[in-house]
Amino acid sequence: MSPDADPGLRERLSKLAGVTLRRDTRLSAEMERLQQQLDRLKEEATDEEIWNRVLLARHQDRPYTLDYVERIFGDFFELHGDRGRLDDAAVVTGIGSLGGRTVALIGQQKAREIQERVKRNFGMAYPEGYRKAVRVMELADRHGFPLLTLVDTPGAYPGVAAEQHGQGGAIARSQAAMVRLGVPTVTVVIGEGGSGGAVAIALADKVLMQENAMYSVISPEGCAAILWRDAEQAPKAAAAFKPDAAHCLELGVIDGIVPEPVGGAQEDPDLAAQLLGEAVEGALAELDRILPDALKRARRAKFRSMGVLA
Amino acid sequence: MSTPRIDVSIENKREEVDTQDDKGHPNTCPACGSHYRDDELERHLRVCPHCGHHFPVRALERIAQLADDGTFVEEDGDLRSADPLGFYDLKPYRERLADAERATGLSDAMVIGGARIEGSACRLAVMDFAFMGGSMGSVVGEKFVRACEGAAGAGVPLVSVAASGGARMQEGILSLMQLPKTVCAVEELHESGSALLSVMTHPTTGGLLASFASLGDVLLAEPGALMSFAGPRVVQQTTREKLPDDFGRAEQNLRFGHIDAIVPRAELRPTLGRLLRLFAHAG
Repeated sequence: MSPDADPGLRERLSKLAGVTLRRDTRLSAEMERLQQQLDRLKEEATDEEIWNRVLLARHQDRPYTLDYVERIFGDFFELHGDRGRLDDAAVVTGIGSLGGRTVALIGQQKAREIQERVKRNFGMAYPEGYRKAVRVMELADRHGFPLLTLVDTPGAYPGVAAEQHGQGGAIARSQAAMVRLGVPTVTVVIGEGGSGGAVAIALADKVLMQENAMYSVISPEGCAAILWRDAEQAPKAAAAFKPDAAHCLELGVIDGIVPEPVGGAQEDPDLAAQLLGEAVEGALAELDRILPDALKRARRAKFRSMGVLA
Repeated sequence: MSTPRIDVSIENKREEVDTQDDKGHPNTCPACGSHYRDDELERHLRVCPHCGHHFPVRALERIAQLADDGTFVEEDGDLRSADPLGFYDLKPYRERLADAERATGLSDAMVIGGARIEGSACRLAVMDFAFMGGSMGSVVGEKFVRACEGAAGAGVPLVSVAASGGARMQEGILSLMQLPKTVCAVEELHESGSALLSVMTHPTTGGLLASFASLGDVLLAEPGALMSFAGPRVVQQTTREKLPDDFGRAEQNLRFGHIDAIVPRAELRPTLGRLLRLFAHAG
């Protein structure tokens, strides 16, 4: 990172500190550790470190959406189906109790066992998955439930039927639905934030990333295949487009980083879930009592400002 | 780890297109092989008079085809991209930008401004595939947002003409963020009461299809335009499925209910004129 980027990073870090310092001293220790990690990353940020984060983001023992849901939600009731065609198992939706109130959840779901992975389509949603997400967004809006979305997908599914059913339009309309919500919305990228399939459910008031998650416009392999004409150059591509949390924070794309247990979330899923839950509750607390119109205005202004002009 | 590595890219497919199209002269029809002088093609709106194939149209020529003579006033023509990532693949991004600017005479892949079409005032946001595959980075996103704001401010519709492989991967995650950014702008345009008429030309894929281009009040496409989220090659490699002949084409999209009409280029101006008159007479 360039030295002139420092003020922005520091400002966002202090904002992040505001999110998580609420009522929990252990978290402030986590913040300190995170600050140190960011400082270190800023100094070194080697290609290898970025690639290691990509590998951690995809680690098969990394907790998935339902692993977090069962740990941070009480009384979670899963909602199924897009009310049109089918129930896309790559997208989990429902309502449950979080921090003493009802919160709606939309999360992309990967799996470990082969049969389960096929059922979840490796976390790659069809258009039906995004339509299911939209109907749950609208439900949340009708009843004043805050919305939490958990992003973990290599991308939207690239298949013939997915195209015939309108993949591009479904992703566009899912984002558009989020623009209209009058309830607080929080997104956490918990693993792979793959391209349009990820941003479809990530147009939120607060977008957070776990420390070892990635968020990118294209997979490192895809980028390498096109620009280097060699998918084996994926680590080089990742180093060039910088999909790690610290860089996303520096570029103003996310609002904060959620710390993970040492070595990554897979090392201690319970602690990872606790840290995630605290960060989500902190972010929701910040959005409390903001009127719907003000929420929408601020959300739009935030995305309006993204991009860098000469 | 056995998670499949799938390229679900919404990136610019320019490199691919370049290599595939290397064979033909740009004025040779890839469908029937007829060859034309440039002025002949221009006179026929760059549609092959023999077989009806639609050649690509550069942004300024498209505007000349659509707008009433002398009515187009360009805005923000000097917006240029920065290089936030210091991106370097086989060539630095800055160099690619400079090359594209030299080759096209444009500062980026979208031209915006005010105009009249058959007498109706509107704003235009027209893309140019010749500038880095029409890829959407910070400048395209910003220009589209300004076009929406201009249309809302003037209380006129916005006509967008897309021609893009998707997001500009040299701007990394910031190019992905142009999707939500432009989606927000369309929502605000709609709330202001102005219409978005979205025309999709070959190709409108990836991030464009997954953002503003799909959110028009009316969606029109040119014949044969590829309009898919994932490119045919990606789908083939990922799924090993046999692709239908019209995979992702405008015709398939019409059949499956994703667009309102396929409009041959010669009818585009009168069609937009009609729609602009209809949208002007609300309540």
